Amino acid sequence: MNIRVTAAVLAATVVLPLGVAHATDLEVTHWWTSGGEAAAVAELAKAFDATGNKWVDGAIAGGGDTARPIMISRITGGDPMGATQFNHGRQAEELIEAGLLQDLTEVAEKENWKDVIRPASLLDSCTKDGKIYCAPLNIHSWQWMWLSNAAFEKAGVPVPKDWYEFEKAVPALEKAGIVPLAVGGQSWQSKGAFDVMAVALAGTDTWKKVYVEKNADAARSPEFAKVWAAADKARQWSKDTKVQDWNQATNMVITGKAAAQIMGDWAQGEFQVAGQTAGKDYTCLPGLGVNAVISTGGDAFYFPKQKDEEKTKAQMVLASTLLNKDTQVAFNLKKGSVPVRGDVDLAAANDCMKKGLDILAKGNILPDSTMTLSPDTTNQLQDVIVQFWNTPSITPEQAQAQFADIIAKAD
Amino acid sequence: MSVSAPEGRRSGLTRNIAAKIATLPMILTALVVFLGGTIWTVVYSFTSSKLLPKLAFVGFDQYERLWGTERWIVSVKNLMIYGVCMLILSLVIGFILAALMDQKIRFENTFRTIYLYPFALSFIVTGLVWQWILNPEYGVQNVVRSLGWTSFNFDPLYNQDIVIFGILIAAVWQGTGLIMCIMLAGLRGIDEDIWKAARVDGIPMWKTYVFIVIPMMRPVFITALVLIGSAIVKVYDLVVAQTGGGPGIASEVPAKYVYQNMFYAQNLGQGFAASTMMLIPVIILVVPWAYLEFSGRRRHG
Repeated sequence: MNIRVTAAVLAATVVLPLGVAHATDLEVTHWWTSGGEAAAVAELAKAFDATGNKWVDGAIAGGGDTARPIMISRITGGDPMGATQFNHGRQAEELIEAGLLQDLTEVAEKENWKDVIRPASLLDSCTKDGKIYCAPLNIHSWQWMWLSNAAFEKAGVPVPKDWYEFEKAVPALEKAGIVPLAVGGQSWQSKGAFDVMAVALAGTDTWKKVYVEKNADAARSPEFAKVWAAADKARQWSKDTKVQDWNQATNMVITGKAAAQIMGDWAQGEFQVAGQTAGKDYTCLPGLGVNAVISTGGDAFYFPKQKDEEKTKAQMVLASTLLNKDTQVAFNLKKGSVPVRGDVDLAAANDCMKKGLDILAKGNILPDSTMTLSPDTTNQLQDVIVQFWNTPSITPEQAQAQFADIIAKAD
Repeated sequence: MSVSAPEGRRSGLTRNIAAKIATLPMILTALVVFLGGTIWTVVYSFTSSKLLPKLAFVGFDQYERLWGTERWIVSVKNLMIYGVCMLILSLVIGFILAALMDQKIRFENTFRTIYLYPFALSFIVTGLVWQWILNPEYGVQNVVRSLGWTSFNFDPLYNQDIVIFGILIAAVWQGTGLIMCIMLAGLRGIDEDIWKAARVDGIPMWKTYVFIVIPMMRPVFITALVLIGSAIVKVYDLVVAQTGGGPGIASEVPAKYVYQNMFYAQNLGQGFAASTMMLIPVIILVVPWAYLEFSGRRRHG
């Protein structure tokens, strides 16, 4: 008996590596784990499986901050996955330089990515020395504020149309026992909310000077001080949030426990899963209702180099599947993001998404700060903001000075 | 044994050759992995390595930036407060518990198991358990308030000034049991005759402990010290599970800074510089211990 079991186990260990080597299973790692996100990933898997290959899901829970180190150490450690998600921007810059990622130029040229992907800056951030290393998947914009209509009704004030009206409604919300602004405990959330306030309240030009040109004087200017003053108020409005994850914070808005959340358009997926309708149950304000822009952050897929030819072929198939018109529509409708192709039909999009598409069509776009600043700088700025957000004794002036010092040394 | 014994009369190098060959892998591991890895890290801490290690030297830039970073300063301060309190508390509580256990009490086995049990839990589990206990809405504060003291306030994990003590409570709870066991073993090693002699001379019990027994237990204390010391320097998972470094950056610790920079911020150089700084207290702890240990052994032959 025992010998038979041992033999079976041995046989299994021999068969297993062989199986992996010859099948066109492709392991895809990503950090999409909330309800709306998982539904969107299922669309990608369905489309890829339809090509005769197999999508092996490698979801890593805990958000990008947790997932990226795992992905990077797998790639640099010689255990590359078939494909992996990163955000648009500079997160994979050094992996490309080290020659660890697959060159997709051939597929890209064959399928005319250059003409169909808009805005062109997305493909530019995939391009290094004239070669294309990633497949952009969607556009996510941080520049949104989500409001719970029910919460404002309960407080007896009309749903605000911009940040300044929201400010006036806060006392009424607080009196009704509603948290005015939900900001989760994870540090990227306060950083993100701050960046959105920067675009909306300091204006596009000042934002560009600080975040793109890395001009420290602009970061010290009275224009930018407005942002810190607003953040000072926002940290007081959000102090009763007491949840960690972004989707828990969104859930507070969905259930009306909180009145508003500043969060990227991925929050919309949560409203959809909860069965809420834009305009009726919740309201969205692009650019806090002050400065309607879309920042073109989002996700792209990168393909680590593989030893096995078969897998490389499957990678190319996946790359072209991701940019397929049908996949783009199916995925982005579920995800609440905007497709990277300008030539798809989005009649099924809801009110908020249509607002976003309008702004995009008008060309009011900004790069995402992850595309202009290195992860190192982003991390330093995040430290300043999250400390400011949680420490009432730090004045806005002190935080602004620290922030400007980092911008002065940014790379 | 039978092979090496006849060969044992040859020169020093070939004596016990089998034993030497057997320890070779361990020696290699120690040299290559521990020493080599340490040297590699120190060397690369002087470079501007980002995501991947590169030999582009920048002198002391990484260290300058490290000591100019608020978060690192907070981390070091936290580690110092945590370290001093943890060292004193776990030694004192561990010894007192051991001394009490040594009074030939009934059900000693049961008590020993109860005290040692937390040590069987990982820091992650400990952290999560204490996160709940210290949560103002579900834990201690709520229980005391529901007993009638409605003004009672106890939310260390949500208060920047005392958050590190919230972590300390969990660490002491988890670590003291082991120290107690080591101390108890030490106490059992003290000759019964010494107690008898002290009793004949009419020395009070506490004096016997403080002036006779504790000095005799020196090696035990050193072992306990090294164990506690290394646990202090590497504290990481407890913080991650309990507070995630929050609120804000109030409960950050050096190990977390290293991880954050190496893997999240893609700045290896900065992470290496921080971990080199962490190595220094370890060396300060380990070198005297090794010295005592080895010189002591030689003395006893």
